[in-house]
Amino acid sequence: MSSKSSKSGEVLDKRDLSWYVDRLAQALMFVGGISAIIFIVGIFVFVFKEGFAFILDRFDIVEFFTSINWRPTSVAKETYGALALIVGTASITGMAMLIAIPFSLGAAIYIGEFATGKTRETLKVMVELLAAIPSVVWGFIGLTIMNGVIIELFNVPIGLNVLNAGVILGLMAAPIMTTIAEDALKAVPDKYREAAEAMGATKWQVIRKVVLPAAKNGLVSAVLLGIGRGFGETMAVLMASGHSINIPGSPFDSVRALTATIAAELGETAVGSNHYGALFTLGIFLFLITFVINLTADRVVRGIRRS
Amino acid sequence: MQSKHSLLLVLMIALVSFGCGRPEAGSSRSVIQNKGSDTLVNVAQAWAEAYQTVNSEVAVAVTGGGSGTGIAALLNGTVDIANSSRQIKESETASLKEGGHSPVEFVVGYDALAIFIHPDNPLNEISIEQIKNIYAEGGPFEKWSQLGVTVPGCDSDEIIRVSRQNNSGTYEYFREAVLGSGDFKHGSRDMHGSKDVVDLVMNTACAIGYSGLAYATHEVKMPCVTSVAEGACVVPTIESSIDGSYPIARPLFMYTADQPEGAVKSYLDWILSDAGQCIIQEIGYAPVSTPDCAASVQ
Repeated sequence: MSSKSSKSGEVLDKRDLSWYVDRLAQALMFVGGISAIIFIVGIFVFVFKEGFAFILDRFDIVEFFTSINWRPTSVAKETYGALALIVGTASITGMAMLIAIPFSLGAAIYIGEFATGKTRETLKVMVELLAAIPSVVWGFIGLTIMNGVIIELFNVPIGLNVLNAGVILGLMAAPIMTTIAEDALKAVPDKYREAAEAMGATKWQVIRKVVLPAAKNGLVSAVLLGIGRGFGETMAVLMASGHSINIPGSPFDSVRALTATIAAELGETAVGSNHYGALFTLGIFLFLITFVINLTADRVVRGIRRS
Repeated sequence: MQSKHSLLLVLMIALVSFGCGRPEAGSSRSVIQNKGSDTLVNVAQAWAEAYQTVNSEVAVAVTGGGSGTGIAALLNGTVDIANSSRQIKESETASLKEGGHSPVEFVVGYDALAIFIHPDNPLNEISIEQIKNIYAEGGPFEKWSQLGVTVPGCDSDEIIRVSRQNNSGTYEYFREAVLGSGDFKHGSRDMHGSKDVVDLVMNTACAIGYSGLAYATHEVKMPCVTSVAEGACVVPTIESSIDGSYPIARPLFMYTADQPEGAVKSYLDWILSDAGQCIIQEIGYAPVSTPDCAASVQ
């Protein structure tokens, strides 16, 4: 439709039905195209506006990053130390990546390099289906099934911990990582593989020495996007992590994530209070982290295109 | 991707316009908006349903969301009655007065805050002082052996503290009544709802938790509680919360922004009558009066 529009611009008199349809389609596409930008700017402005008053009057950067005392409703003294929340989010994401990286890279290599025909198509559909499971369902699996399994297997007092949330989050992040990693492998020109095979390299040697190094940037960005997903995930983490303010000493300790704290507390917080502002400050912090991760991933992908 | 966005936009517009159109549809009857405490939401719904048979001209719309949410909605003028499992705060009264209102408080029932443990836990009684030592910042109790019990299935002996998110009415009442308004120890598992507390305690041998008595099930055990002053150990029941012998029973409130009139007044009067009080008792909370439930016909 858009290729026609340049032509209809020249013939000015011909304002028939298809001309209007064309203009309408153009307008709709434009709204669609800029809506993402409008939303992101709107959210950015809103989150900053809500958190800004708190940052100006009450925010103590040293307390925020070094204290584990998150007691926004304390009677004696309200404290807003987010260290335990930051460590909680980082530990869950770290555990998730330990699980998701081998799984998703393995799956991508298998789908991209080994599987053919029907197997390949079925696998791709299955991986995409995994991405379609709602977050609250994953959380419920963590809360009900994984909790019992972890208690049984490791003989620990409670199964809602870093390991539980990490496994759940790893499974949630793996599909998108697999898809991006597979795209990166597909982007490696076949002539590289053919050249390597012509020189007598085995399949494994081709993958390890030729395909993986050539797809390096795409694979790194797949991992980075997975990490971004991990930082942002809320519901599943809230349900599976135990939601406990704690600096974890082992994977069997309960922790609390930044996102989960916002989700659990924002609903009952008086609008405009210090607690409300503090939760939005957590939001700003999360926003900045995710922004940096996505920007880095974008840069890395661009690196691949240039070379 | 782009078409997806515009589709989303169209859907949102459709939803918004649908949502806006709704209230006008039901405006022939008078509607009482009622919002707040999740502890009270089941009772409030039961009242709203039963009130249909009393006065079919009045519809009561009940939503949960928490005590703070209800009072905030009263402040914004979007509800007629706010439900709360804690007393209104001075700051909240002040902002209502600033808006030209004078809030009125109604005690509509009492709720015993039960202590839950795993059914295999041999502990039969616990004192307020012991609970404080478990939950409060600086409290020395970390192991079940410090309470003199060995819990089967809890090899680590660690007390797994289960609590609520830091702005729920139940959390605030527990902090005031048990911890003397002190802070909680870090590391408790802060659940998002009373039902989740019961579910977690039910499945975790080492756990201890607290919630309203109405959420108790047969899968959890409730030890009797002794207050420091008296020696008697009282089991949380509706009777013991009515006669005041159970040490951690709290009043449940309904608030209106001003002295209620018309439909709202008749509704609140009905809630405090025998018919209304029998319903709250049936659900598992203690009524404010001792209603004659056999006689009252709804």
